[in-house]
Amino acid sequence: MLNRLLGIVLAAVGAIALGGIALHRHEPINALWLITAAVCIYALGYRFYAAWIAARVFMLDATRATPAERLNNGRDFVPTHRWIVFGHHFAAIAGPGPLVGPTLAAQFGYLPGTLWILIGSVLGGCVQDMTILFVSTRRDGRSLGQMARDELGPLGGIAALIGTLTIMVIIIAVLGLVVVNAMKRSPWATSTVMATIPIAMLIGMYLRNIRPGRVLEASLIGFALLLLGVAAGGVIDQQEAIRGWFDLSGTELAGFVIGYGWVAAILPVWLLLAPRDYLSTFLKLGTVMLLAIAIVIMHPVLRMPAVTQFVDGTGPVFAGKIFPFVFITIACGAISGFHSLISSGTTPKLISNEADVRLVGYGSMMLESFVAIMAMIAATMLDPGVYFAINVGAGIAGSAPEAAVATISSWGFPVTVDQMQSLARAMGERTLFARTGGAPSLAVGMASIFGTVFGRGLLAAWYHFAVMFEAVFILTTIDAGTRVGRFMMQDVLGQLWKPMGRTSWYPSVILTSAMVVAAWGYFLYIGVIDPNGGINILWPLFGMANQMLAAIALSVATAIIVKTRSLRYAFITAAPLAWLALITTTAAWQKVMSPDPQLGFFAAATDLARKLASGTLPAGRAAVAPQLIFNQQLDGWLTVLFTVVLWVVIADMLRVCWRSARGLPSVSTEVPRQLSQLQPAVGGGA
Amino acid sequence: MSPLRSLWRWLRAATGDDAYERYRTHQAQVHAHATPLSRREFYAERLRRKWSGINRCC
Repeated sequence: MLNRLLGIVLAAVGAIALGGIALHRHEPINALWLITAAVCIYALGYRFYAAWIAARVFMLDATRATPAERLNNGRDFVPTHRWIVFGHHFAAIAGPGPLVGPTLAAQFGYLPGTLWILIGSVLGGCVQDMTILFVSTRRDGRSLGQMARDELGPLGGIAALIGTLTIMVIIIAVLGLVVVNAMKRSPWATSTVMATIPIAMLIGMYLRNIRPGRVLEASLIGFALLLLGVAAGGVIDQQEAIRGWFDLSGTELAGFVIGYGWVAAILPVWLLLAPRDYLSTFLKLGTVMLLAIAIVIMHPVLRMPAVTQFVDGTGPVFAGKIFPFVFITIACGAISGFHSLISSGTTPKLISNEADVRLVGYGSMMLESFVAIMAMIAATMLDPGVYFAINVGAGIAGSAPEAAVATISSWGFPVTVDQMQSLARAMGERTLFARTGGAPSLAVGMASIFGTVFGRGLLAAWYHFAVMFEAVFILTTIDAGTRVGRFMMQDVLGQLWKPMGRTSWYPSVILTSAMVVAAWGYFLYIGVIDPNGGINILWPLFGMANQMLAAIALSVATAIIVKTRSLRYAFITAAPLAWLALITTTAAWQKVMSPDPQLGFFAAATDLARKLASGTLPAGRAAVAPQLIFNQQLDGWLTVLFTVVLWVVIADMLRVCWRSARGLPSVSTEVPRQLSQLQPAVGGGA
Repeated sequence: MSPLRSLWRWLRAATGDDAYERYRTHQAQVHAHATPLSRREFYAERLRRKWSGINRCC
């Protein structure tokens, strides 16, 4: 009875909040409406849908021993309290993706992206994370790739491997580009981000040699040093003699990130990767909490319209109509295939009670989605003219400030050169025009929020703190990702020649790391030389790859539900799968077939080749045109590959489900039930 | 337990600050006869395990 009452209250408040959002169309609304609607929708999803799935579909059994209990070795298999597993899991899934995606999708207005973040997470992303966590927990914590092989067959396994490797390459490239664009021609940002490297090494040595394993105190020291780094960056920016050293172009910074990625992948983890990861986790959780508090205190007004004219596909931040590109662009904030790699593997080995998968799987993704909502607020509280001036590449808006403001104002989003210059001065930057990639505009938004709540005098410091905050965990993703790519590469090459598979054999380590770095470094370099900013090519490619990986995970989950439960319940994963298959295939179709050079990869290649042949390109653009043409074609073929992999997996899943529905014998690798000794058996499921 | 104390314990556990103490407790219960790893060895071993798989996301 109480539950029902709670549900009715939540539904009513959520409906009022959403109604408020709907009724306030054509006039600015307050961010608190969004926050209220989000919290109510999450609460409803968790309280009812997730609980129903846990009880009826999974039939979670609190008395069943988990792998952490059965295989407890005090190291990776450790029964852990659910709130601690929640913390670990959230720290692992939360990356820069949900910050960048909504910032870009804000070109459609605040409404489309927000709706997808909420609906997509509650019915899709959270369900995916929870389901994969559950099936992996029932299978001794097997990885997604292993489960794809076991449950679908060798074809599914290979598809999962290809999916994981390509998404890794694309994600690292696109995140590298985000960092490069945030540091470009900004001595303050560059010196601050560079300072994080020696700081991390110092902490690494402290943690290994001085006070082994004292993670908390080391993180605190590191955090203090990072703040000092932000302040020192401000001082460096004022010194004419030194600032030149850090005043670097995009290509120079790309070279730096590529070199850094290669060295970081070879260095021992204790020296750089592990300590920086401690710092970035610390920073990430702290900043997310601070941002949530600050947004509630400030409750900014959203100045972006609910829906802009760019839903028709003429958007300057990235090309494509609202369907399907708002879904592709939001990516991680609503549903992220990458999470299935975390939900299988590390996290299930910590679950002490099956009933915890609801909190850990569903709950963590809710929080991740909330981070995406905050990023959406930070982007749409900016003056729309300012938002577009920061996020539109020089190739579209025009490279001179006067040209850019004229173009953007002509779209109906007035902005002046003076306004942009005084904003740049307040943020401690020379210019904020065409700073694509999402990080600078997010940093401006965060700095405005923090500045209003905690003191306006420090606006420039807040801006560079926000840039450093994003850069630190992007760099962590870059070297963690390169390392994982290296392990996969060594695994594959080891099949051909044994010594290559040895993960500690230096020649193999150096060679395979270089191969992985070369793969993402290529896309990063092309993104940097692209006059349209590169993000508008790379981000949709990443979005498609990520949603494709989610579709693979959902296929595995659907096959398992059909085999172990019944076809009747398959919709919980089959429905989001069908939606993802529809949006990724439509997006891929448009990216490959569209005759519009803004949208279609091959059309863009042909268009550029024609311009190059007729000699209408300025000298600077003509020099890079051949590389851009090749890259557009490569991206087109990659998109074709993604689509083929996606449909092969779906076909394989349908085959398995059909066999199972007909009652033909099928394999299930679920570990038989053993009674848990951890707590006295308390009857019933979740 | 006071809320501050339990927050502190959660923080230590969530960051892995208390991993070595947990390991020693586990060793004492399960492998009482074996010599446990030192703090330093344990930390090195923990990092090696942690970073040989996918544990960070986009």
